[in-house]
Amino acid sequence: MSAIKEQFEIPSKMKTWSLALIAIGVLALIFGFVTKARGTEEEQAVFIGTLMYNTIFWTLVCNASMFFICATTLAMGGWPLAFRRVPEAISAMVPIFGTITAAILLYVVFADKHYIYHWLDTKAVAADEVLKGKSGFLNVKFFTIWTLLTIGLWSLLGWRMRQLSLEADDATVKENGSSYIWRNTVSAALFIIWFALTVGSTVPWLWLMSIDAHWYSTMYSWYTFASSFVSGMSLIALWVIYLKNKGYLEYASNEHLHDIGKFMFAFSIFWTYLWFSQYMLIWYSNQPEETIYFKHRVQGPYKGIFFLNLIINFICPLLILMKRSAKRNYTLMTFMAVLILFGHWLDFYQMVMGSISKAEVTLGWLDFGILSLFIGLMIYFVSRSLASKPLVSKYHPFLKESIIHHT
Amino acid sequence: MAKKKFVVGCFDDEAALFPAVKKVRTVGYKIHDVYTPFAVHGLDHAMGLRETSLHTAGFIYGITGTTTALSCISWILTSDWPLNIGGKPHFALPAWIPITFELTVLFAAVGMVLTFCYLCQLAPFVKKHHFHPRATDDLFVMVIECTSKTNVDDLKGFLSNNGAVEVDVQVAEDGWWLGRYDKEEMPFEQKIVAA
Repeated sequence: MSAIKEQFEIPSKMKTWSLALIAIGVLALIFGFVTKARGTEEEQAVFIGTLMYNTIFWTLVCNASMFFICATTLAMGGWPLAFRRVPEAISAMVPIFGTITAAILLYVVFADKHYIYHWLDTKAVAADEVLKGKSGFLNVKFFTIWTLLTIGLWSLLGWRMRQLSLEADDATVKENGSSYIWRNTVSAALFIIWFALTVGSTVPWLWLMSIDAHWYSTMYSWYTFASSFVSGMSLIALWVIYLKNKGYLEYASNEHLHDIGKFMFAFSIFWTYLWFSQYMLIWYSNQPEETIYFKHRVQGPYKGIFFLNLIINFICPLLILMKRSAKRNYTLMTFMAVLILFGHWLDFYQMVMGSISKAEVTLGWLDFGILSLFIGLMIYFVSRSLASKPLVSKYHPFLKESIIHHT
Repeated sequence: MAKKKFVVGCFDDEAALFPAVKKVRTVGYKIHDVYTPFAVHGLDHAMGLRETSLHTAGFIYGITGTTTALSCISWILTSDWPLNIGGKPHFALPAWIPITFELTVLFAAVGMVLTFCYLCQLAPFVKKHHFHPRATDDLFVMVIECTSKTNVDDLKGFLSNNGAVEVDVQVAEDGWWLGRYDKEEMPFEQKIVAA
């Protein structure tokens, strides 16, 4: 076997670009802080809301990488090993973005910003039967503990998985392969359980859905999960394609890209399924306390974004990614990955801002500025994390399975 | 319907089959078909078969189903027999999506099964020649079509040299004909007619 390029070196161009994006983002942040954060309550709400949906979106997207690793580990799937260091590097963002998320959310809760979370308003809750009934779940103490626990355990369990993966760089793993796989399985299972208790159920309710304090949908968390997972797969696809174009990841072939593409395709449809289930049940039963969520989204100012969201996240992946050859084409996959990431970012935008700023769509320079901040941070830290270890875990027992993988 | 002469080589291992298929094609013999007990990954590429267009057909059947459902329901519920259902508008698109989805899947699935049967010439009372009864059991059977120029003995030797455990020559119908596999004539009992 010929030598492979197993050490990623960050191109100086990439570093410049990521720092430039961060600089743009910081400028937008400062400018937003000056113009909005000290303005009226509405302006403050828009500023904090913009930070909130961006940071939650990117935390969940990066965390989806670790979910992908753990799910394939539990399924004894060997195929992702050829590029597994990529989702690992992306998931190393969870502690960083998670800290930002926790800081912003706890600021909202402790500074009593009840224009974001209505349930923080103790007077209103005391006079409100519905909110009183929810106060066991929606209260400051539970919110704080659960948020910190969530982000802490995501980071910790993800770190554990990455440490285990590093062991496979050492030849000794060959002698106790089955015990190595077993330890991987146990750690992955722990992560998945915690993931199910958080992203799969409570966390989207707590962080996002509770902005509409009265409204509820049990589908909401799955919907958020589907959104973040399909974006997570797109992000992995982008990094894999980038590294392939730079001549790295020799073992990852079109077969692997095809499988990533299948995930993007399938989970776009899964997302639509949840989107539609949530929408249709509410539309059909037509209860005022439920339809209130969709009122200004479908018939009000958010109409355009609402349907654009469906076109980008359903129609485009369905028609473009359906063909086998499309999933093996670098250009199309790059295009679709960017489109899906943008589409689900827009989805998070309307989920959060659609509830905070009901009267008008605020999408503008602040949103794209903050987005650029997060993209810059993501590129900067993921590339550093990629460069810090070999791109292939050489002695992983399943590596051969991944190299000869074909669909 | 024409009878043709075939040279039949049987392999007892997938690993022996692949290089043999490759060599037979390189030398220039025409492979009629390869019969295997189970689906063998990558064999279609090795045999140089073109990619099936069954999925394109499936897509067309699917959108036919979508169009049928949408046009049918919308015509019925808006102009033929409008009903007031829960105060919803007559053109109640969200309520139709599940049915549209079901019809899309139904059309695509049934259409593809029937197309598949047509492509493989599978139907009741359609009969085809079986080159080797053990092709459904444990043998990989490669059938090579002979032309007037084919040197049968050379070909037989060539197959044996490339790992065939059993080689024979058969003159058989290459298409299908109407008939039945009745009790007296089951494929697994069929005698191999040596030419």
